[in-house]
Amino acid sequence: MSPSPSSIAAEPGAVPAPDSHHEHHPSYLIDGTTVKSWLLSLDHKRIGLMYLFWVLLFFLVGGIYALVVRLELLTPGPTIIDAMTYNRAFTMHGVVMIFLFMIPAIPGVFGNFMLPLMLGAKDVAFPRLNLASLYILLTGAIIAIWGMINGGMDTGWTFYTPYSTQTTTTVAPILFGAFIIGFSSIATGINFIVTTHTMRAPGITWFKMPLFVWAMYATSCIQVLATPVLGLVLLLVVGENLFNFGIFDPSRGGDPVLFQHLFWFYSHPAVYIMVLPAFGVMSEVVSAFSRKNIFGYRAIAFSSLGIAFVGFFAWGHHMFVSGQSTFDAGVFAVLTMLVGVFTAIKVFNWVGTVYKGAVDFKTPFAYFCGFLYFTVFGGMTGVAFGTASLDVPWHDTYFVVAHFHFIMVGATIMAFMAALHYWFPKMFGKMYHEGWGLVSAALIILGFNATFIPQFLLGNMGMPRRYYEYPERFQNLNVASTAGASLLAFGFVIAAVYLTYALIYGRRASANPWRSRGYEWLTESPPPTHNFVGPQPTYDEEPHFYVEPKKAEVPDAV
Amino acid sequence: MQSNPTADAVGAPPPPKLAMHFASLEVQHHAARLGMWLFLATEILLFAGLFTLYAGYRFLFPEAWAAGSRSLDLTMGTINTIVLITSSFTAAMAVHYAKEAKNKMVVLMFVLTLAMAGAFLVIKGFEYSHKLHVGALPGFRYHYDAIQLPGAPLFFTVYWLSTGLHAFHVIVGMCVLAWITTKAAKNQFSYHNYTAVELGSMYWHLVDLVWIFLFPMLYLV
Amino acid sequence: MNELLNDILFLPERASTFADRVDTLHYFVVGVTMVASLAVGTAALFFFFRYRRRKPAQTTEYVVPSVKTEFLFVSLPLIFFLTWFAIGYRDFVFYTTPPKDAMDVYVMGKQWMWKFSYPEGPNGVNVLHVPANRPVRLLLTSRDVIHSFFVPSFRIKMDALPGRYTQTWFEATKPGTYQILCTEYCGLSHSKMLGEVVVLSAEDWDNWVKEQRQGKLPNRQDALADLSLVPHSARMAEQGQALAANQGCFKCHTVNGEPHIGPTFLGMYGRLETMQTGQKILVDEAFITQSMMDPGAYILAGFPNVMPTYQGKLTGPQSAAIVEYIKSLRTPDIRTGASRGPVYEPLSQ
Repeated sequence: MSPSPSSIAAEPGAVPAPDSHHEHHPSYLIDGTTVKSWLLSLDHKRIGLMYLFWVLLFFLVGGIYALVVRLELLTPGPTIIDAMTYNRAFTMHGVVMIFLFMIPAIPGVFGNFMLPLMLGAKDVAFPRLNLASLYILLTGAIIAIWGMINGGMDTGWTFYTPYSTQTTTTVAPILFGAFIIGFSSIATGINFIVTTHTMRAPGITWFKMPLFVWAMYATSCIQVLATPVLGLVLLLVVGENLFNFGIFDPSRGGDPVLFQHLFWFYSHPAVYIMVLPAFGVMSEVVSAFSRKNIFGYRAIAFSSLGIAFVGFFAWGHHMFVSGQSTFDAGVFAVLTMLVGVFTAIKVFNWVGTVYKGAVDFKTPFAYFCGFLYFTVFGGMTGVAFGTASLDVPWHDTYFVVAHFHFIMVGATIMAFMAALHYWFPKMFGKMYHEGWGLVSAALIILGFNATFIPQFLLGNMGMPRRYYEYPERFQNLNVASTAGASLLAFGFVIAAVYLTYALIYGRRASANPWRSRGYEWLTESPPPTHNFVGPQPTYDEEPHFYVEPKKAEVPDAV
Repeated sequence: MQSNPTADAVGAPPPPKLAMHFASLEVQHHAARLGMWLFLATEILLFAGLFTLYAGYRFLFPEAWAAGSRSLDLTMGTINTIVLITSSFTAAMAVHYAKEAKNKMVVLMFVLTLAMAGAFLVIKGFEYSHKLHVGALPGFRYHYDAIQLPGAPLFFTVYWLSTGLHAFHVIVGMCVLAWITTKAAKNQFSYHNYTAVELGSMYWHLVDLVWIFLFPMLYLV
Repeated sequence: MNELLNDILFLPERASTFADRVDTLHYFVVGVTMVASLAVGTAALFFFFRYRRRKPAQTTEYVVPSVKTEFLFVSLPLIFFLTWFAIGYRDFVFYTTPPKDAMDVYVMGKQWMWKFSYPEGPNGVNVLHVPANRPVRLLLTSRDVIHSFFVPSFRIKMDALPGRYTQTWFEATKPGTYQILCTEYCGLSHSKMLGEVVVLSAEDWDNWVKEQRQGKLPNRQDALADLSLVPHSARMAEQGQALAANQGCFKCHTVNGEPHIGPTFLGMYGRLETMQTGQKILVDEAFITQSMMDPGAYILAGFPNVMPTYQGKLTGPQSAAIVEYIKSLRTPDIRTGASRGPVYEPLSQ
């Protein structure tokens, strides 16, 4: 066994047994048990757990809306609800899932929890801002949910004007809620950027940061730069809806397409806000479970930044059929291809990481397989859209729905579940049942495919999205999709059951059950309140360095 | 770092507090400044959305934009610009004095800044009341007879939105500066501890900067 | 071969020149995707098995990619993606550039119906007749919110935006009936905003045009239009238009914005009008109804008091229909009514 502290901590059993210091350094979970000590906690780990509770709740709400939508689409005519309710349901599914689940999920939960641990810091740079961002999110959520209960909204989550300024449904509170949620996103982003810049422990240089940190850094840059524009646009729509400014109203000279430009200037990068953290999680998971340094560390780190940068200039590919000039369309199309290239680099490097590794096919790795699959197919269909001419028949059909559920939702859910399982022992000090983990992972991946592959085909057939009723020829595939959605929901129920069980009755996990050499495992699990007991670990090696002996001859590059 | 600044007559200011999770005071100060810069970036982008609207509609309705721009009161706008730039200067001076631990001067400079901010709002108020009076209002409430061009209501929508959002920032900035002024009155700032003054002043410069963009866009060109 | 691929991909039948081009690219893209993902997937599965963990604390070699590998990772996808782009963009340019000799049809979307008008000829609601093998340019606009005109068999789609015209074009290759769908969410009955393109052979087309020119009203497309899906108010506006024509309103009132003997209907509703007495009155439902029943009560400044009363000539529903019609003429940017070769600026290109 090597004498280096980092390697000692990296192997199980080498960490001082938590009980030996129990009186002095209780884990963050039991350091203060009052309700107040949780609700007003400035500890990034507790804030992360509170985020986990809320985003799971929002995920449940959004999931119920999704099931309602899928059930309604079982038959070509009305099935269980009327058209107005259906229009509200798919709008709410989008709004809840995007603004309350996908955007805050991985940064809010795992970013908060892991970022300081991975940087060897005691907390994020602005702990109070961190807590505030959670409560800002909840304030926005409450306002939005109040609006959903009192009327709901039927515009679709894209809020296209002039429909959104004319509809009689309750647009204002929901958009205002989303506006406030934007501030939470900005606050988190600022916090993470500053943390990454200023809180790195001695020894962690920029190119020794775990790739999850790189991904969070790129995500935060997008959050900080894009969200204000969305905030302004949402405010304008609210104002337009309430006071009739006429700013997007064609009968007063306003231009509804300008709204689309401003909206997609945020919402296209927002896609990367959702999916970059997933890429980050997966870079950690694939290293940990194949016990390999990441293949092409810099390539993955820079491609995250590349996606963040190019993502800002590709928004026009949402508007190929809105009367945009042909030249603009060409520019946006080429830039879209670049995003595809950056993603492809990541995919190749993840697969390369497994090369000469030592794969342990545990639940997080199962999710990694699903993730790889969704990213490849979701990404390739995205590039296909980028050809501009294929976008013409596919635009606003179910092909789009299936495409973004694959790349944005599929990849993110896979990463969220992988992260939850990989870091479950880190966060709670408990272990879940591996067998059930694999079963539910299989069900979720299969269910996801069964739900969305029929939707790709529906899109090819030409079924437009947001249809309450549809011509009969679309029915078979819709039934298949609904059946798949049920399977998917069933998979999630199983996961919820065994994870809850593990939380309460699960057997105690060791400090590093995966024998991972990620930086976040260099402390106890669950960590004490200020993350480290005694002298801070040293960071001699890069993260996920599994070579023994330490200074082995580095073989030639492949 | 070790230089001993001239203590104020009231007594030596207290040393700054180091939060437990920062490595050193410099890091803490650096983090605060970096955070502020990022926040200012988001503010600029917030206004950038409005600038885009301005540019888009100016392109669509050049005549209405020219007429609308001419109808604004250039004198009041110019006075306001001068007032705001001067207030930025006093805010910068406050940082200078805070570094020297001259807390009384900090208070004086911020009070001057606040007074000029107030003057800015009063002048803006006169402009607004004139617009209200003649009916140069946003959207369908527009009934300004002197300019009846397509797109004219949009010009005034953009005018009200951008100046209104800016005025809101002025008010927020005033609250922040007033709060820092009370801290300065308690003699809290010194060479080691002037982050609050610096950040407040940065925010004020942003408010000023936005106006420096708005003024030529709306009044001059 | 193509038929088989069509069935596998669930693509609808191809009925336009653009559809052929798009589908060719589609097959190419699907092919490349499948081969590439198969390669990546096989490599991954092989690695998972070949490099499975053999002991718990197994150590591994330190492997990093060489510059050559990284270059391959970048250039391989880039080459394929740019090839896709080159083909796709060539087709996109084809799709956005209507031929000069294209026949024009004006398309107006409104909640929740499609209205087609030919520069000299009939109107149609929800049914568009076009000749086969002849390019047709569609000039689209919307009366209310954004709609999107989509014919899956032609693979074409274009947004109809309120307040401006967009254009698209197609050349149908075989006679038949093809469905039109609205693909931009436009409210309650978005999914019912369906229509049909009827593609006629050259011979049938000539007959149809002749019939439209000479035929009696019952044979005309206007009368054939399926109005059952049209919402009540829109249907009323249609009736109002017909009534206004029958009653001779258009002898004195125009709908194109020019004052004639009486004020124009265009944009009248909701306007603040000045009376001869100097009084200002907002034109609303009540005012329009009163002007029909008692025209002398209020005379607009600048117009003679010549309008006869329609008291007793119009039933309640009829006058309401005319009011709805006048209300529908609200947006000045949009021309409505029977097309008399509307004046338009050709779009760029």
